[in-house]
Amino acid sequence: MSLATFDLPSPREGALRRFSDLLLRRGHLIVLLLLAPPLIWLGLVYLGSLFVFLGQSIFSIDEFSGTIVREPTTATLLELFRPANFDILMRTVGIATAVTLLCAVIAFPIAYYAARYAGPRAKAAFYLAVMMPLWSSYLVKVYGWKLLLAKEGAISWFAGRLGLDGALDAWLSLPLVGGPSLSVSYTGMVLTFTYLWLPFMILPVQAALERVPASLIEAAGDLGAGPGYTFRSVILPLAMPGVVAGAVFTFSLTLGDYIVPQIIGTSALVLGQAVYTLQGTAGNIPLAAAFSLVPILVMALFLTLAKRTGAFDAM
Amino acid sequence: MRTHTRFLQLPALVACASLTMQPLVAAELKELGKGEGQVDIVAWAGYIERGETDKAYDWVTDFETKSGCKVNVKTAGTSDEMVALMNEGGFDLVTASGDASLRLIAGKKVAPINTKLIPSWGSVDDRLQSAPWHTVNGVHYGVPYQWGSNVLMYNTEAFKGEAPKSWNVVFEEQTLPDGKSNKGRIQAFDGPIYIADAALYLMAHKPELGIKDPYELTEAQYKAALDLLRQQRKIVQRYWHDAMIQVDDFTNEGVVASSSWPFQVNLLVSQKKPIASTIPAEGATGWADTTMMHVDAAHPNCAYMWMEHSIAPKVQGDLAAWFGSVPAVPAACKGSDLLGAEGCATNGAGNFEKTHFWRTPVAKCATQAEGCVPYYRWVSDYIAVLGGR
Repeated sequence: MSLATFDLPSPREGALRRFSDLLLRRGHLIVLLLLAPPLIWLGLVYLGSLFVFLGQSIFSIDEFSGTIVREPTTATLLELFRPANFDILMRTVGIATAVTLLCAVIAFPIAYYAARYAGPRAKAAFYLAVMMPLWSSYLVKVYGWKLLLAKEGAISWFAGRLGLDGALDAWLSLPLVGGPSLSVSYTGMVLTFTYLWLPFMILPVQAALERVPASLIEAAGDLGAGPGYTFRSVILPLAMPGVVAGAVFTFSLTLGDYIVPQIIGTSALVLGQAVYTLQGTAGNIPLAAAFSLVPILVMALFLTLAKRTGAFDAM
Repeated sequence: MRTHTRFLQLPALVACASLTMQPLVAAELKELGKGEGQVDIVAWAGYIERGETDKAYDWVTDFETKSGCKVNVKTAGTSDEMVALMNEGGFDLVTASGDASLRLIAGKKVAPINTKLIPSWGSVDDRLQSAPWHTVNGVHYGVPYQWGSNVLMYNTEAFKGEAPKSWNVVFEEQTLPDGKSNKGRIQAFDGPIYIADAALYLMAHKPELGIKDPYELTEAQYKAALDLLRQQRKIVQRYWHDAMIQVDDFTNEGVVASSSWPFQVNLLVSQKKPIASTIPAEGATGWADTTMMHVDAAHPNCAYMWMEHSIAPKVQGDLAAWFGSVPAVPAACKGSDLLGAEGCATNGAGNFEKTHFWRTPVAKCATQAEGCVPYYRWVSDYIAVLGGR
C-alpha cells in the first residue's frame, strides 16, 4: 500500500515554506535573525558613528581656513594637555564630583525615610514628588534657577529677609566658589546640577536601602551597637552599591552637560561646552573628538571602580 | 553656455562673450535660469523674518510668491558656526560677517558673484561695494547685507544720566558715578573676536605699542591685549553669549555696562528700563555682513534672486528696523516706514568712519612688517582667558 492511496494534499513547495523549514532545522538561525536589527543598530549606527567621530582625533585642522587635514598626527591629542584645555578637564571633573557628593548627601536621608518609614500613601506621594521635576522641561528648570539665583532673585531676597545677606556675601567673597552673584558662580552651577539630577540618585539609593533586612539592624541593636555604629557598620555598607549606582548617573550626566554652564556659572568652559564650541562653532572636529575621548575614559575608570563595589546589582 | 546659445539669445551671448574675456577665477554664474523652487540660507537670528515673530516684519513671503523659491533658514549663533555649516555644505547662501567671510573665501567654500546678474548692485553703499572682507583681488564674493557697530550699553542710573566717554568703564576697575565699584557689574562678549576690542582700547591709551589696526596685532601687541583681558576677567560678571541672557542680566543681575548690540539696547529701552548706549571716544568694533553663495549651491538661480531681493530698499529698511543695524543700501534709510526717518541715524549710520569692522586676523598682515597673530590662536587664548588663565 502506498501513501498515494491516502488523499493527502501534497506539501506546498513555496519559498516561504522552505524558509520556515530551514529556520526549524537550524535553531540558531532564528536567533541570529531576530538579533540582527538591534545588532546592526548598535554596531553600525550607534558605535560606528561614535568611532568615526572619535577617530577624527588623530587628524588636525588647517589653522586659517578651518578645514580638516586628514593626516594622522598626535598633535591634537597632545593639545588636551595645554594648560587652558587641561583646566577644562579638571574643572568639569571637579564640578561633577561636587555635584555627586552633594546629591548623595541630600538623597540619602530622603531615600532612607521613603524606604524605612513611609507608609503606602506616603510612599506614593514620595514617588510623585521625586519624579515630578522630571516631567517638566529641562530648560524651564534651568531658567527658573537662573531667576532664583540672580542677584535680585528669590534666594538673595530671602537671605536679606532672614538677615543672612552677610553670610551670603561672605560665601560669595570666597575664592573659587564665590563670584559677583550666585548665578555666575560655581556654587550656583553645582546647586542647579544637584537639583536636576537628584532623582537619579534618590531612586537607586532607596532601592538599595529597601533591601537592607530590618533584622540585621535589630540584631546590631541587640548586640549593643549604638545608632551611629549601626549606621556606619551595617546600613551604609549595604546601601553603598545604591549610592554608587546613583553616582554613575549624576557624575556622567554632569560630565556631559553643556546647557547649564551657558546659562549659570562663571563663563569658564566645561567639557560639553568645549566639545560643542569646537565642533559646532569652531569647526575644529579633531580637537572636539579628542575632548570627547575624555569623558569616555573617565567613565570607564569610574565604572570599573563602581563594579568592584557591586553597584550594578542594585540597578 | 557652450551648447545652448542660439541667435535668439543674442544679448546673453554678448554677456557671455564679455565675461569670458575676464580671467577665469572659479565657476561664476553667467546667466540666470528659472528658479529651482527653494533656497537654503544660513543666517543670523532675526536676519530673515517671515512675519512669524511680528507680522509687520516680513520680507520672505513676498519673495516666495514672486520668485517661487521657498526660503529655508538655518540660524547660526556665531561666525565660527557659520563657517562650520558652510564647510559641511548643503546650503546655498550665508550672511557672513567679516570675521567669517575671508575664511570662507580662503577655504574655497564660496563662489565669486557675477554682479551683472544683480540689477540693483549699483545701489549698494559705495564704501561697502568693494570692501576688503568680501572682495579679494578685485573679485566680489558676496553682496553686502547690513552693518552696524557694537555699542557700549549702560545703565543710566548707575552713570547718573551721563554717557561714559571711554571703554575704560568695562576694562579697568573703577568707581562709577553711583559711588560703587564696577567690579562684578560689567560684562564682556564671549567670542575670541573681542580681543580686538581690547586692542582698540590699547590703540588709544597705549600708543607706544604701535597698534595700527585692532585685527592686526604683533606678538607684543597681542600679549598686551591679552593682559588687559586677564585684568578684565577679575571684574567681569559674565561673558555674554546669548543676547536674551544679557537682557536678563541687565534686568535682574545688576549689570550696568557692557559691550553690546543695538538689538539689546532697543529691547531694553522698549521695556522702559533705564538703559542707553553710546560709542566712546576710542571708537568701536563693528560688523558688516555679506550674503555669500556656496560654490556647490544646489539652487544658484534662487540664490541670485534672493541676493537681488536682499538689497531692495524696503527689505533693507525693515531689516534695519528689526535688527537695529544699518542698511547696506543708503536709499533704504528713506524707504521704510518701520525704520522711520531717523532710524538710520539712531542705529548709528554716522559711525562708519569710527567703526573697525570684524575681520579674520591672519598671519600675513598689511600694517605690521613682522607679521601678526592668526585667528586660531585668538580662539585658544580667549578660551584660556575665560577660564581665568
